[in-house]
Amino acid sequence: MSISIHDVHWSAGGLMIVNGISIDVAPGKTLGLLGPNGSGKSSLLKLICRLRNVKSGVIALGNTDIAGMARLDIARRVALVEQQATTEAQVTVLDVVRLGRTPHRGPLSPWSAADDKAVNDALRHVGLPERSGQLWHTLSGGERQRVHIARALAQTPSELLLDEPTNHLDIQHQLEILSLVAKLPVTSIIALHDLNLAAMFCDNLAVLHHGKVVATGTPEQVLTEDLIADVFGVRAYIERSAHHGRQHVHYRLD
Amino acid sequence: MVQPAVMGERWWARLALVILSFVVLGFMISLAVSIGEISIPLETTAKAVSNRLFGTAFELSRIHQGIVWDYRLSRALLAASAGAALALSGAILQALLRNPLAEPYVLGISAGASTGAVAVMILGFGYGVLTLSTGAFIGAVVAFILVSALAAGAGGGADRIILAGVAGSQLFNALTSYIVTTSANAEQARGVMFWLLGSLSGVRWPDVYLAAPVALIGFAVSMFYARALDAFTFGVDAAAALGIAINRVRIILLGATALMTAAMVSIVGSIGFVGLVIPHAARFLVGPSHGRLLPASAIIGAIFMVAADIVSRIIIPQQILPIGVVTALFGAPAFALILYKARRPV
Repeated sequence: MSISIHDVHWSAGGLMIVNGISIDVAPGKTLGLLGPNGSGKSSLLKLICRLRNVKSGVIALGNTDIAGMARLDIARRVALVEQQATTEAQVTVLDVVRLGRTPHRGPLSPWSAADDKAVNDALRHVGLPERSGQLWHTLSGGERQRVHIARALAQTPSELLLDEPTNHLDIQHQLEILSLVAKLPVTSIIALHDLNLAAMFCDNLAVLHHGKVVATGTPEQVLTEDLIADVFGVRAYIERSAHHGRQHVHYRLD
Repeated sequence: MVQPAVMGERWWARLALVILSFVVLGFMISLAVSIGEISIPLETTAKAVSNRLFGTAFELSRIHQGIVWDYRLSRALLAASAGAALALSGAILQALLRNPLAEPYVLGISAGASTGAVAVMILGFGYGVLTLSTGAFIGAVVAFILVSALAAGAGGGADRIILAGVAGSQLFNALTSYIVTTSANAEQARGVMFWLLGSLSGVRWPDVYLAAPVALIGFAVSMFYARALDAFTFGVDAAAALGIAINRVRIILLGATALMTAAMVSIVGSIGFVGLVIPHAARFLVGPSHGRLLPASAIIGAIFMVAADIVSRIIIPQQILPIGVVTALFGAPAFALILYKARRPV
């Protein structure tokens, strides 16, 4: 497995936010993390790259427990795209993407050709190579998200974690970003709200509710009318799309 | 096409800039040594320095030799060290706390250092074992811990730390005033108040031997962590996700900041605005990357402080203004100008 999460618990302020979660993600696969607000999606992503320490349970990258890994070694392997991370600093697109090389550089080592290649490839992946000189605060929300993804790609990770990467994006950029991530040869975990996009782009889905996994499997197995009613409190009608062959959720108001 | 990497590109331009800034600093220090109640030609200054440094034997009056070496050169070098250290402290705090207003003075670190120094000087705190500088350092660290705890208790965040700093400055300034008014005799009180506004009077070589190494060590430490500081651009979690050992980096850099602030405050008093304004000016000139921002802040801070010292000595004939008054008088409008120039398109 690329990422193995076994019986992980984590609490904050006396509340159990992550309550015994176990998930495995195979190398190169894309896992969609679904669930209502506050179900523990963001917390789980932070635990996987050890921004928070698990209270109990084990998270492993490959066969290595992350609890015993150096922070730098985790960062060389796992990249995280947070929700809406922004800055007041007058940084350019290139400055931000270059930050992705931080874990691969010593404090005094010079900028290398490999660093250059990683940054250029990352910018090309998100379609922003000619915008590298633009200032951060002049970018739209969608462009900022793409820059963050480029920064994460410049980290040349084998595991990529994205926390609601399509928030605030128009539909064209939502599709672009998700198809980009789905095609990348890395293991990805994406926290998502849009069930239809999750069904279109993810190999597997895991649904969280109150800090527990309530369903895992392929989109076909996971996305059922009963589950959506139980977890999201919404009535839905699900069919296989005649256009792209994946599950499609119709919401019902009656 | 992506523009080529900046590192290694136009290295000669960067080198030229470094050399130029040192030439400007050297020239400013020469001016500071030459200008004063007794005006000394630059040539005489050069000869006096050469006599002491290289053992040359230029014919000079003992008075000139003494003024140049014992009074004015030490004072100018101290001004340069203090300016560099305060500007570096500001640049580090602004990056770590992600707040453009962060600097030792605003966060109450200078006020805490003053209280510590005054407690040693007037109350005899530490029974003669603690030096003024040690007292200032303890005061700076206590102030910073208190302000951090207050900010964390108020929910943390970039704005809370400034509010906590304002509260901390008020508290420590009040403590300092309390100690001065209740325990100091009239002469001590006048000396202390002058010193709290910042003063380079009475600076001698031993002060330089403390201040210059502290500034250089602070610079070396912060340069070692320049990339870590860059990684804080998007916050603490983002830095950690880039592999930065955030706790270690914060402790080391905040310690370096406390040390630099404490050393300078114990010698020249608390001088405001340098830590706030200079990093912004430097950012305006060389951009936000700390590999360039830190050296630029240090050198501009040094030049600014030496210039401020010259102004403080010549602006009113026969009288020396506290240097803190000069830095604020020039710093505040300069800051307004920077804000105006760097304003964002709405």
